[in-house]
Amino acid sequence: MASLDDLKKRISSVKSTQKITKAMKMVAAAKLRRAQENAEKGRPYSEKMNNIILNLSSGISDKENAPKLLAGTGEEKTHLCVVMTSDRGLCGGFNTNIIKKAKQYFQKILKENKILKIITVGSKGYDQLKRQYKDNIIEKISFKDSKNINYFDADKVGKIIIDRFEKKEFDVCAIFYNQFKNVITQIPQEQQIIPLKSNEEKETDSKTSYEFEPEEDEILSNLLPKNISTQIFKAMLENSASEQGSRMSAMDNATRNAGEMVDKLTIQYNRSRQAAITKELIEIISGAESL
Amino acid sequence: MSEEFKVEIVNPEKSFLSKENVTEVVVPAFEGEMGILKDHISIISFLKPGIIKVYSKSEENKYFVEDGIVEFKDNNLSILTSSIYNMTDLDRNKIDQILKEAEKESSVDNIDDQKKYLIDQKIEVLKNLNLN
Repeated sequence: MASLDDLKKRISSVKSTQKITKAMKMVAAAKLRRAQENAEKGRPYSEKMNNIILNLSSGISDKENAPKLLAGTGEEKTHLCVVMTSDRGLCGGFNTNIIKKAKQYFQKILKENKILKIITVGSKGYDQLKRQYKDNIIEKISFKDSKNINYFDADKVGKIIIDRFEKKEFDVCAIFYNQFKNVITQIPQEQQIIPLKSNEEKETDSKTSYEFEPEEDEILSNLLPKNISTQIFKAMLENSASEQGSRMSAMDNATRNAGEMVDKLTIQYNRSRQAAITKELIEIISGAESL
Repeated sequence: MSEEFKVEIVNPEKSFLSKENVTEVVVPAFEGEMGILKDHISIISFLKPGIIKVYSKSEENKYFVEDGIVEFKDNNLSILTSSIYNMTDLDRNKIDQILKEAEKESSVDNIDDQKKYLIDQKIEVLKNLNLN
């Protein structure tokens, strides 16, 4: 049985932990609101971009000569995976979920004897992957220094990817991130961006014939690299909302658990205090009786 | 019959501008300036650095863009751009700053022709802004 002093110390230490988790929860809640707003504001851009590309690519008749970013290299040998995680910990299963999803994909690829290359965005992903896939990681990117998510950062990642694609370093590229559904639920996503695969193969509402200026393929080859940056930007926005949401619920849980623990420890503390008093009394009484 | 249509300018961060009652929009399309009026044929084009002018009955707004895509369909004009500035927000310092960056970019040796062309365009537009 721990002594009274020890119990007291433990109670106060749990209490101070609780204070920290509570504060983190508040901060996460405030940040979440902002991140969510940003994610919502960013949606029209990526949606419009997607629409235009869909319209364009459906208009292209000559599939053979379509830009490689759209049609692929014709091979599927080397896969590049961009794993997007957070730079900070203490956000529940947020990073682990992405990594889990990514690892499944990695194993599938390795089983098929294909070459796997990994780019990690965010330091936590690198930390978790370096043990198992150290040789596969070709680049790690982290935006610890930039306070807010901005398009500029996303563009940088996009340029790196396109650069490597043009050097023929890979054939297929997929990104992994968490899609924000609500505060408790974030869905890890795998999205193929090169060659472009439209997730929902729904026809655009009306078949409008467009006039193009300059030619379709020129527009397309200009647009596709931008689309990659846009998709990455979207993923980053979703990710940041998810991260804050996940952190908020994790910290909420932690606060609650700490509260329970304090209650339990307090009861234990009171009981042993009572026991000590009772013991002392018994000693006094039995001492008096023996006289 | 009204001569007005809807324009929407979005950048990655947010919807920059959304206006229902514009009468004409002039965009710096890749192959030259292009004015768009109501009931224009559906068109997709991309932009070079320049000035977007948005006219409505009561006012006229100008924006400086560095790149972008325009789509016009069913009297909805969407402009997607990654960098846009309202002309009223641009002062000399800001312009000089952008100009300096552009000049630095264009002085890089291994630059492809199209990029070079776009940057030169940008510099030219900015210099003209400086004058007036």
